[in-house]
Amino acid sequence: MNRRRWLTGAAAGALGAMLTACNRLTANAGVQQTLARAEGLTRRAQRLVVDRKALAQEFAAAEISRDFRANGSISPGDPDYRALVESGFADWRLVIDGLVERPMALSLAQLRSQPARTQITRHDCVEGWSAIGKWSGARLGPLLDKAGLKPQARYIVFHCADTLDPNVSPALGRYYESIDLIDAYHPQTILAYDMNDAPLAVKHGAPLRLRVERQLGYKHAKYLMRLEAVADLAGIGGGQGGFWEDRGYEWYAGI
Amino acid sequence: MSPAPSARVFVARHSLVVRLTHWTNVAALLVLLLSGLQIFNAHPALYWGDVSVFDRPWVAMFAAERGETAVGLTKIGPWTFETTGVLGFSDNQVRGFPAWATLPGYRSLADGRRWHFFFAWLFVLNGLVYWSAALVGGHLRRDLLPRRGELSPRHLAAEAAAHARLRFAKGEAALGYNTLQKLAYLAVIAGLLPLMVLTGLSMSPGVNAGLPWLPELFGGRQSARTIHFLSAGLIVLFVVVHLLMVAAAGPANSLRAMITGKFAVTPGDAS
Ligand code: HEM
Repeated sequence: MNRRRWLTGAAAGALGAMLTACNRLTANAGVQQTLARAEGLTRRAQRLVVDRKALAQEFAAAEISRDFRANGSISPGDPDYRALVESGFADWRLVIDGLVERPMALSLAQLRSQPARTQITRHDCVEGWSAIGKWSGARLGPLLDKAGLKPQARYIVFHCADTLDPNVSPALGRYYESIDLIDAYHPQTILAYDMNDAPLAVKHGAPLRLRVERQLGYKHAKYLMRLEAVADLAGIGGGQGGFWEDRGYEWYAGI
Repeated sequence: MSPAPSARVFVARHSLVVRLTHWTNVAALLVLLLSGLQIFNAHPALYWGDVSVFDRPWVAMFAAERGETAVGLTKIGPWTFETTGVLGFSDNQVRGFPAWATLPGYRSLADGRRWHFFFAWLFVLNGLVYWSAALVGGHLRRDLLPRRGELSPRHLAAEAAAHARLRFAKGEAALGYNTLQKLAYLAVIAGLLPLMVLTGLSMSPGVNAGLPWLPELFGGRQSARTIHFLSAGLIVLFVVVHLLMVAAAGPANSLRAMITGKFAVTPGDAS
């Protein structure tokens, strides 16, 4: 009996020590850096195997989810954003600037008259769940051509209206995302203003959100305010290319 | 049994490639399992089909208030079990699997994913090395594929009976795998492990664009996630039985053989 108790105690102790070791290991910067190497390998392998223009799977209208979950910000409290909601987004403009020849500011009506695409796709959240929705929006590629990307431009940064982490400085707490030009010019990459044939609801990112169908949900930035063409991501937010990327998630979210 | 303590001789049993890939696989699968449970905890529910119908999971782990205290509950199909302390609620936290079963122990989906995808690459590359060697070097044909006659019902029944009594071949007869052992290993290396890779890739939206038939093969992305989870469970089951068998058949000799390659036999000693 005593021996049994001793053995159980020893096993529990060993398990506890291993847990602590695992947690320490995870928190170690060198370990993190090594583990993060896999992301580049994954991105290169996927781009090697999957055609750059390959379309994400599209679904039938009957398959649209009736319980499409909203995640991240679902009702931003930022005063500027509340004011936009109050006015029905009449004064909202999408700014496109940075490394472009012709910076612009587009109203919703102007966006709705741009080359558009409608698609019924599956949204995959990093948490593991999926939902199917129908999206209509302006194709990003033609918009960027209209603004005229400068040759140095390598990424498009999406600046959003919502503060998701109020406990840090606005530069770090405000949502943002970024994609490279391969995904920016992908035919299914759109700035969506309609979901399931109705204007985007606030919880889904009104008035405009990104759809970048071959990546996970957190890349699909909501509450878009400004698109900035940049040469590198270092100076923006925490420097990792997105709100969640600054918190340890992969920049390339194709997996 | 030979009366005189005849000299033990060591014979080569496992090739270097098999030994290296075996232990790499053990390490990779351990990390993949624990980090996989961390990832599962971000949304501890499973569905069939393409999407998650949130009020109809077939497996779900969650917590509920019972009087003053919280209880952990696990739903499987129509049944709900109280699993406080292990599933649904443990360490005063609402969480699917408990801290001791996840990597890292604290809640961090981002860290769990980093471990998982790094070791997934290691696991896949290791598997490719193993498979190339097994095919080219003849290990598959020589040691793993059952020989003629081994699959006859009579032979299988006799082996099953011997296994049930924990009677294993000794001496020279133990140099090769028995048929049940071969079938179990084949089911793992040609069945479960490739299935883990395929269902894993089915969950990647990037891969889906190139290979849309892949998730459909399993009935949709959420079905693929379910099958990924279930086959991980089957691997755990295999490992438990595997370890019991190693222990029953003579742990020192089998382990030495899997580490150094050398297996001790006493000539003339057979059962
Ligand atoms: C710490 C845990 C483990 C130990 C101590 C262990 C031990 C062993 C030993 C001693 C053998 C040789 C058996 C013999 O010669 O009769 C063996 C073979 C094998 N084990 Fe494990 N094992 C472990 C975990 C695993 C895991 C996780 C897997 C995969 C899911 C696995 C799959 C296999 C396979 C497929 C073989 C046959 C290898 C071949 O001949 O190609 N083992 N193991």
